Amino acid sequence: MKKLRLTVASVAIGMLALSGCGQGGTPESSGDGDKAEAPEYSVATGVDLKDSKTWQKAKDAGEITIGVKKDQPGLGNVSAGSDTPEGFDIEIAKMVAAHLGFEPDQIKYTETVSANREPFLQQGNVDMVVATYTINDERKKVVDFAGPYYVAGQDLLVAEDSDIAGPDDLDGKKVCSVDGSTPAQNIEDKYKKAELVTYDAYSKCVTDLQSGSVDAVTTDDAILRGYAKQYEGEFKVVGKPFTEEPYGVGLPKGDDALRDAVNDAIEEGMDNGDWKKAFEYTLGSTDDVDMPKVDRY
Amino acid sequence: MDFLELLQMFLSGAWGTIKLFTVALIGSMVLGTILAAMRVSPTPVLRAAASTYINVVRNTPLTLVMFFCAFGLPFLDIRFGSTSSFNSFVYATIALTAYTACFVAETLKSGIATIPVGQAEAARAVGLSFGQTLGQVILPQAFRTVIPPLGSVIIAMLKNTSIASAFNNRELISAMRNAIEVRGDLVIPLLFGTALAYLILALVLGRVFDYLEKKLVIMR
Repeated sequence: MKKLRLTVASVAIGMLALSGCGQGGTPESSGDGDKAEAPEYSVATGVDLKDSKTWQKAKDAGEITIGVKKDQPGLGNVSAGSDTPEGFDIEIAKMVAAHLGFEPDQIKYTETVSANREPFLQQGNVDMVVATYTINDERKKVVDFAGPYYVAGQDLLVAEDSDIAGPDDLDGKKVCSVDGSTPAQNIEDKYKKAELVTYDAYSKCVTDLQSGSVDAVTTDDAILRGYAKQYEGEFKVVGKPFTEEPYGVGLPKGDDALRDAVNDAIEEGMDNGDWKKAFEYTLGSTDDVDMPKVDRY
Repeated sequence: MDFLELLQMFLSGAWGTIKLFTVALIGSMVLGTILAAMRVSPTPVLRAAASTYINVVRNTPLTLVMFFCAFGLPFLDIRFGSTSSFNSFVYATIALTAYTACFVAETLKSGIATIPVGQAEAARAVGLSFGQTLGQVILPQAFRTVIPPLGSVIIAMLKNTSIASAFNNRELISAMRNAIEVRGDLVIPLLFGTALAYLILALVLGRVFDYLEKKLVIMR
């Protein structure tokens, strides 16, 4: 008995020692005092897309399943203690769903990490994907894209007082990104003098940036804006994007009726101001942001 | 990204896995043997220290152990080189070593238990010290007894190297992530390819252990 007590005590001490180092990762999300009005999208009635198998299936089920990210502030993020995702991708998803005749409460959000997006669409686990999904030719072989609804570009997140003004200032500096992502590959291929650090999540990069272990975090500017907003006054986005990443809505291959409808939804949202409201509500000012042109390939 | 480029990506990833594995293998064998020796030593303090260590580290998920190494050690200003990639490699191998050594030690301890007590008594009778008894009589026999279960522990460690990809190490899993990013049309084949790569490495290891077992097993 005494031995057991000793064991329990020693394990407890060990766990405390271990857990002490897990702190300082994710701060409380800051209260947004001057948050823009949450956009409302008018749900279309009498929509009939009987040519679209995907739409018909969702209509019969009474809900549409949309793949989103849950770990990217500002785009698709589930903050601690809540279970509803929020962000620009989520607003686009609501906007498109409304155009297709689905109320916000008829949307089922499924997390799609980068590696899951194509398989989930191919297997019909999700009806569409709105998850920082860059349109490219390799992916077009197996899925279809509506949009783009936003053209992101790779940018840098640095400390507020940093003098890094662009990717050419990265020589000998440590720059952090996510393992296996396009931004990480770009740094490795084009900026060989920068020292690349990779983790499995941006939150770890941000922790490193806070502690000064790395000099910059790099990924698409939209994601960085989300972090800059979360850490107001601590970090800034350099604002000189050096790549182009058109974000599209991923759809099952060959469902042209659905693709046309989603493209219509995106265009309509851009025309009637919903897109701008959604952007201001989630990512901030649209002053230096251009709406992309939808590509109906 | 054609097939050859993908293959090259995976080969360099496999090389990263092999590097992590080899260093952690040597480290965990050495540390595991030391821990096992402590566990059976006549000194209560050593015994208690070893079992405390094993109880704590063995029951902590490896991801947490690695998190502690990758973020805790630099926090304490413990660094091993100037480049972050080398540092990350060392942190990951420390975590793998610290974690796997517990399993090696427990396996060895069960091997020690199979050695008839008469062996130790005979060694004492001819005047060997505890260290000599353990090092020259008991451990060599214990090792030969536990080759099959030790093989399982080592193969588990090979697969555990995949956790290092989350902490700035490039190995098979990061090669897979890179490949999926550029070839979204091949996700499922790439997943299978990665599994196959691990399978090949593990099968080779398994063969090595089968061979060792045949060579070294004690006929009773």
